Amino acid sequence: MAKTRNDYENSWWPRFVRWLKNGSSALDDAMYGDLEEEAVLPDAPAGDAEKREAQWDERRRLLLRDEQDMYSQVHAWSRSKGAKLAQWFYRVTAVVICLGIIWMLLQTAAYLPPFGNPDNPANNEVSRRYIEQGMQETGAVNIVAGMILDYRAFDTLGESNVLFIAACSVLILLRISSEKHGGDAVAQLEAEADDRMYEPKNDLILQRIASFLVPLILLFGVYIIMNGHISPGGGFSGGAVMGAGLILYLNAFGFRKTERFFTFKTFKVVSLCALSFYAVSKAYSFFTGANHLSSFISPGTPGRLFSAGLIPYLNIAVGLVVCCTMYAFYTLFRKGDM
Amino acid sequence: MGFFHNYEEMAAMILFGIGFTTLLLHKNMIKKIIGFSMMDSAIYLFLAAKGYIEGRTAPIVVDGVQSMEAYINPIPAGLVLTGIVVSVSVTALMLALTVRLYRRYHTLDIDEITAQVRKEEQ
Repeated sequence: MAKTRNDYENSWWPRFVRWLKNGSSALDDAMYGDLEEEAVLPDAPAGDAEKREAQWDERRRLLLRDEQDMYSQVHAWSRSKGAKLAQWFYRVTAVVICLGIIWMLLQTAAYLPPFGNPDNPANNEVSRRYIEQGMQETGAVNIVAGMILDYRAFDTLGESNVLFIAACSVLILLRISSEKHGGDAVAQLEAEADDRMYEPKNDLILQRIASFLVPLILLFGVYIIMNGHISPGGGFSGGAVMGAGLILYLNAFGFRKTERFFTFKTFKVVSLCALSFYAVSKAYSFFTGANHLSSFISPGTPGRLFSAGLIPYLNIAVGLVVCCTMYAFYTLFRKGDM
Repeated sequence: MGFFHNYEEMAAMILFGIGFTTLLLHKNMIKKIIGFSMMDSAIYLFLAAKGYIEGRTAPIVVDGVQSMEAYINPIPAGLVLTGIVVSVSVTALMLALTVRLYRRYHTLDIDEITAQVRKEEQ
């Protein structure tokens, strides 16, 4: 009976349970075997109690040393080879998972309707309506512009707001406040080596070319925005072009000259005005349209510059927001401030 | 069904997978952001491919022709426009956060930043 119990305690399951409970060590395992050991040791006469005690102490000391050796070995392994192995394992798993995802996506793409086929389910009555009635209902020759700024105008308002909110978040994260300087901000400014240190700029080639190009780029941006309902283009692309023009000007002439006409305040005022104009005018047009009231907005003659109801004005609003935001992103990511 | 049509969609899927792999495999946060942008581009390619119809032109009314048979589907174009704007905003936000992290921890390695954060917590 006793023998069965001892066997059970030495088998792998109770050892595993002990390990789970309180992290068994080699020493603990040895202690569990004590009952048996007593029988194995040669039956010493009663006077040899001290000798036996010394033997046991020796045994414990050896076991402890072995255990510590083992632990230090494991630690060293996990820091050097183990870390490498884990990294390798992670990389292989990542590649396998990615290949699996690509394979699944390719399978899905293989089941999609054929490319460029006019009978695909995506080309349904919604796009038919936009194409066949769009010009009469919105007055815009560019059907996409009519769609995003008339049928789905609130969508575009949300889009401009996303851009504006992103600019605000970047501002919060990156702007080095000059008013409330805690010591932190000042230290940061000194550490960052402000780009304003390199001013006034006197790169002659860049300045000559910029003085020729910047007006052209801004003009082209205005053209894209104003013709958004007639030709390809619109507020987003035109605003990005105008923002690029401003960035070129900043690079050529430096912060001090740019700040004569574009400061943080300009950004705030222009974005706020453009977004509120957009929201208010679109709310008006939705209100009158939904309640069958007469409104002063008319589609006009399609193809004219000032036609298509609100679309050119909304394009201007969107273009201003995008232009300001692009410029703000650039100045904030540069060393230096807006 | 078959792997030998829908080349554009296939390319978009592979590009998406490459972007995702970049996101997983690189420790550098700038490279992670690049992978994210690649995934965005893959989505635009996919949407634009879905809107295209063989032999038709861009949806801008020319000479008063307004039949469905003359133009491609305008809806994916609008969706791609929305997507581009949102991805620009998200990229800017991610980069700003990265700049802040770099200013504080002086590294772009995400594992090192995590280790330093843990050390600070203790």
